Amino acid sequence: MSMFAVAAIAVLVSIMLALVRAFTGPTVFDRILAVNATGTLTVVLISVYGFLDGRPEFLDIALLYALINFIGTVAVTKYVKFKDLGFPQDDRDEGDL
Amino acid sequence: MSLDLALDILSWACIIGGAFFALVGAVGILRLPDVYSRMHAAGMIDTLGIGLILIGLMLQAPAWIVVMKLGLILAFVFFTSPTATYALARAALDGG
Repeated sequence: MSMFAVAAIAVLVSIMLALVRAFTGPTVFDRILAVNATGTLTVVLISVYGFLDGRPEFLDIALLYALINFIGTVAVTKYVKFKDLGFPQDDRDEGDL
Repeated sequence: MSLDLALDILSWACIIGGAFFALVGAVGILRLPDVYSRMHAAGMIDTLGIGLILIGLMLQAPAWIVVMKLGLILAFVFFTSPTATYALARAALDGG
């Protein structure tokens, strides 16, 4: 079995395990963490599948999904923390994070 | 020992190591007791898991542009994953 197939199978099993935590986790922060890990593993899976199929052009898609995953995680965290996606209250001089 | 064989052995080692850390991190996310300890396991996936697998892929790349794209993905994930983990940990601390 080629090394790309081994990597793809291992990453698929890891995605399934992380998704179990996304479904069962008692707090919302467990779920955000599990979805962030699933997104990072999806980036790896897209890259490995690109090499498996002999088309390294899939790396562009993987880079794009890495960007989307980061922005999505920070946006959901900000919404859960502040209940608002706009600016936080004016008397706080801290930032969004 | 030709260069192709050496590159194959090295990339096998990197990909097996990266897959191992991804599996250990995923089992850690599932089995650890608290959300803060689960963040340690997720951080292991974000750095060692993706890092070793992408380095293993870099050694098998057909052209230099592919190596640069993989390096770009790696640099981006290395810079943004601790930021997202920090934001999440701070929100978990403030919110409960």
